[in-house]
Amino acid sequence: MSELRQTPLNALHKELGGKMVPFAGYEMPVQYGLGVMKEHQHTRASAGLFDVSHMGQVIVRHADGYAGAAKAMESLVPVSLLALGEKRQRYGFFTNEEGGILDDLMLANRVDHLFVVVNAACKEADIAHMRAGLEGCEIEEIEGRALLALQGPASEGVLEPIAPGCDAMRFMDVGIFASDYGELWISRSGYTGEDGYEISVPDEHAEAFARALLAHDAVEPIGLGARDSLRLEGGLCLYGNDIDTTTSPVEASLNWAIQKVRRRGGDREGGFPGAARILDELENGASRARVGLRPESRAPMREGTHLYKEAEGGDPVGSITSGAFGPTIEGPMSMGYVSSELAAEGTKLFGEVRGKRQPVTVAAMPFTSANFKR
Amino acid sequence: MKFTEEHEWLRVEGDVVVVGITEHAAEQLGDIVFVDLPDTGTEVTKDEEIVVIESVKAASDILAPIDGEIVEVNGALEDAPSTVNEDPIGGGWIFKIKASDASQMDDYMDEAAYKEFIG
Repeated sequence: MSELRQTPLNALHKELGGKMVPFAGYEMPVQYGLGVMKEHQHTRASAGLFDVSHMGQVIVRHADGYAGAAKAMESLVPVSLLALGEKRQRYGFFTNEEGGILDDLMLANRVDHLFVVVNAACKEADIAHMRAGLEGCEIEEIEGRALLALQGPASEGVLEPIAPGCDAMRFMDVGIFASDYGELWISRSGYTGEDGYEISVPDEHAEAFARALLAHDAVEPIGLGARDSLRLEGGLCLYGNDIDTTTSPVEASLNWAIQKVRRRGGDREGGFPGAARILDELENGASRARVGLRPESRAPMREGTHLYKEAEGGDPVGSITSGAFGPTIEGPMSMGYVSSELAAEGTKLFGEVRGKRQPVTVAAMPFTSANFKR
Repeated sequence: MKFTEEHEWLRVEGDVVVVGITEHAAEQLGDIVFVDLPDTGTEVTKDEEIVVIESVKAASDILAPIDGEIVEVNGALEDAPSTVNEDPIGGGWIFKIKASDASQMDDYMDEAAYKEFIG
């Protein structure tokens, strides 16, 4: 087995009783002493601190500043970046020539450059993809900075004394703040469906910064287990499970992330990999759709569960890509793909669990109401 | 009480054997969210998968520790599966089985041996 990489918070995770597991080539905490259920509930009720340092942080520079980098990046993503305001962030994805998704990512206008955060498992491929595809750009993979997420309603009160002014940020704002822990790169975002922040901090200050946050009674350390149930309750995709190179953004119900200006008839129509298929699906629909699903019984329907139209017989009409128990909704929840004609909310289907077909209903996502600061 | 290497406990009560999972197993599984119970009256064979426990992490099979008939299941777990975490050897019992060959229990560990087994 190859050596697992460690984040700057590795020793702290172990000191806090984190149960360490391999994840995307890193040794990461799946849970701490509270356990997944209580960690999840604590995040929604108060605040949770997550180590997401395994994710990739990348700066894209261009001689023409942000506009140059944004214009180049629009050749790789179906997102409008030229219209993204200063100190604003947007969700997007790299697409391939077949219209599938190579990775999903966050893109921020940091005035003189474009800042990108990508998934851990994809970061090397993403960086190679950007180096090959972004003309006239300098791609800098940021080394020496940890990335933490502080999520939940108490986050603002905890972070404001450390980074004065962060309380005025709105959802998807980004900013650079001087602090006792060096320069903090802060975005008001996250991946839990809660208000909160993601904070990039220099490695040498990461542990002291994490300890300062954890010193608040409101804050508990949260592992990957609860991160997964939180994002699923929030209706958010996990790359590799819910989206991948075989799913188009339209199939994945991510149309909202493709602004009008990049669609057919828009000023900057197409011009990204797979545009022919994606633009066509935006107009005419796709044959399948990612939907939320609520099983009727308490039994979770997990990844790989086949979905059927009838209680007996017939071929599968879809399958589940993520499934778990939702601690906040106090019941099981799943997301998956179904034939488009079965994607309407309230459609009754059956999931085959251990050879038995169990009723499940197509449901709106997020499963919990999002609490972003707009 | 007897203990299996599959982390089940067995307690003889009159002519039936009560079965549950150990505290160690409950801890390893994490928060339990669903217990898929067998039907009473089911005839089971030793090592047959008869119960599924779903935790926040994964689904785990519970095996029949002995041959016999399921005579009662703990229906309270349907609404309160977390009882298995909170009181695994008390209120978190899972099923009662009428043994067809009680000598099958002889090979299982006593408490001291089980404690050594889990280290």
